[in-house]
Amino acid sequence: MSGWDRLLPDSGASGELRDLAHHERIYGQLDLRVSRSALLSAIRDSGLTGRGGAGFPSSRKIDAVRAATGSGRGDSIVVANGAEGEPASDKDKVLLTFAPHLVLDGLQIAAKAVDASEAVVYVHEGPIVAMVASLVSVRRRAGVDAVPTRVVSAPAKFISGQESALVSRIEGGLAIPRATPPPIYQRGINRRPTLVNNVETLAHMALVARFGADWFRSLGTDAEPGTMLFSVSGAVQRPGVVEAPIGVGLATLLQACIVTEPIQAVLVGGYHGTWISVTGDDRALCDASLQSVGGRVGAGVVIALSDATCGLVEVARIAGYLANQSAGQCGPCTNGLPAIAAALSRLAAGPVDASLLLQLDLLNRLVDGRGACRHPDGTVRMVRSALSVFAGEVHQHLAGVCTATYHEALTPIVPSAHKSFVGASS
Amino acid sequence: MSSASSGSALWFLSRGTGIVSLLLLTAVMALGLLTRGGRAIPGLPASAVTLLHRNASLLSLAFLGVHISTAIIDPYVSINVVDAFVPFVSAYQPFWLGLGALALDLGVALVVTSLVRVRLGLRAWRAVHWTAYAMWPLILVHGFTMGPDIRSGWLLGLSVISIAAVSLAATWRWSTLSASPR
Amino acid sequence: MTTLRVDWIACDGRGLCAELAPEVIHVDPWGYPVIASDSVPSRVLPHVRRAVAACPTLALRLVEPDRPSERR
Repeated sequence: MSGWDRLLPDSGASGELRDLAHHERIYGQLDLRVSRSALLSAIRDSGLTGRGGAGFPSSRKIDAVRAATGSGRGDSIVVANGAEGEPASDKDKVLLTFAPHLVLDGLQIAAKAVDASEAVVYVHEGPIVAMVASLVSVRRRAGVDAVPTRVVSAPAKFISGQESALVSRIEGGLAIPRATPPPIYQRGINRRPTLVNNVETLAHMALVARFGADWFRSLGTDAEPGTMLFSVSGAVQRPGVVEAPIGVGLATLLQACIVTEPIQAVLVGGYHGTWISVTGDDRALCDASLQSVGGRVGAGVVIALSDATCGLVEVARIAGYLANQSAGQCGPCTNGLPAIAAALSRLAAGPVDASLLLQLDLLNRLVDGRGACRHPDGTVRMVRSALSVFAGEVHQHLAGVCTATYHEALTPIVPSAHKSFVGASS
Repeated sequence: MSSASSGSALWFLSRGTGIVSLLLLTAVMALGLLTRGGRAIPGLPASAVTLLHRNASLLSLAFLGVHISTAIIDPYVSINVVDAFVPFVSAYQPFWLGLGALALDLGVALVVTSLVRVRLGLRAWRAVHWTAYAMWPLILVHGFTMGPDIRSGWLLGLSVISIAAVSLAATWRWSTLSASPR
Repeated sequence: MTTLRVDWIACDGRGLCAELAPEVIHVDPWGYPVIASDSVPSRVLPHVRRAVAACPTLALRLVEPDRPSERR
């Protein structure tokens, strides 16, 4: 036991934690009698940040909702966001499958923190909906929860998990983004102040409430404490979800998933993330370390690209997928992403005139920051980092040469179905 | 004697401004249809069309003001302020005059909602603006039936030209609308 | 600092704004506005106001310095 397995202990690897009694044996009972101020200071002192990708401090999010609730806009509402759109991220689904009660405990804690009167678990359509719903009713019968919880599902699309899309869906509309201001922590679901947390964030919150801030901070870095669920895929033998302290070395993490070939680069943070080249040194996976290369840990997605694979082919595929995932609401995204994807496909196929790079640069600038949600921005970030990390390969491709020896598709384009997690201790 | 001549001057003024209003509103209607096409007319900036649409409608309101007030003041026919705004209650030509009153009400609603469009929001504004399609035919019929000599002279020609202009603009609008989904 | 904000979902790319305030609003190849500068110079403010008022879909908004928008 390395002590990393807070959310996904080996003892839960075959799903026993779905049983409420077993969950309570492992983690202890949820105690909602704790005073709100004690709870708030524990969350603040823990330094817990959002695990959905943005990495925003959880206590500040709670404060914002509390401030908005004070101004007479009605009771607040809390949402567990388990509808990650990242095809390369499985951690929301894995967490909900293997440790659902931890998420539901955290949802109650969050509800208590902002004095909410209603809680929602927001997940993708699929068997997980019925599973979570049945656990919610088990908890209701057992009298565990203080606030009623319901389950809302959305199509398994990339943008369904975006916050304004989530609000729209829970209100009964389509799971597509809206024009944002005012922020949803002031006016969200049915105009009520809304606290949206990623399911993993809530699971951590449930543990902070039980074991305290100091315990939580005993892993991770000082600036980014705690563990994180990393979804590792690509050129590894055992792709899956690994729980590890934030700041874990990239090589250590990859090794946990068994690497057998040289890795040239990794995509960190998901399809909206950043490509970073893998050099000799073991880069720490935390924002502080990734900042220097323009990256962020985000929701913990790590996709490894072997030396034998062509980065440009993968980037073109991912860009094509992202272009397809546009909700088609905003002109620059609707027109720009397909144009970017097409240009990248031409580059991947090669040979092409070097003016294509100028064209790509122009397209990137025409799309960046020009949408109602961050989908265009995130796509451009990923593409730009690829063009810089794979700069050498770009020049080969212009001349019609691809150095890759392996041409099979690597990156998952639909959310993969594997329901396993890789125990970090193994 | 003097009252009779001022009376006929008022009558001519009312009739003249009425005709100008009709022509202006025809232009407003046609321009409005052109802006809704969503596609630029070659050589004519979309903003110019919109601006012209707006200014012509405000100008037509001014002419309507003169048209209506002179009709009320004119002693030859008994029309009062209420008749101008409440349709179908006047003693004189209640139905045909009523069509004009109805069009006036719609016109006022169109102008007022357009002036506060930003505050009103697009949906409500658009809902009201749809009534413009009803307003223009009302004006046409009102002018045709209230102008006693219309059938015999150049007024008939003007009416025909108006209908042609609006039909042309409408055709253009619907054709571009089918070309693009919005 | 007065800034221009586009509601991208509402914007249809009709291009009226760029005609009325070409100093700060350009159009991209698809007809959608490109806001050329972060702040609107006071000299062109009248033009920009006209552009905001003329937008057929009310997608353009002027954010005044005294009323900062809450979030990007």
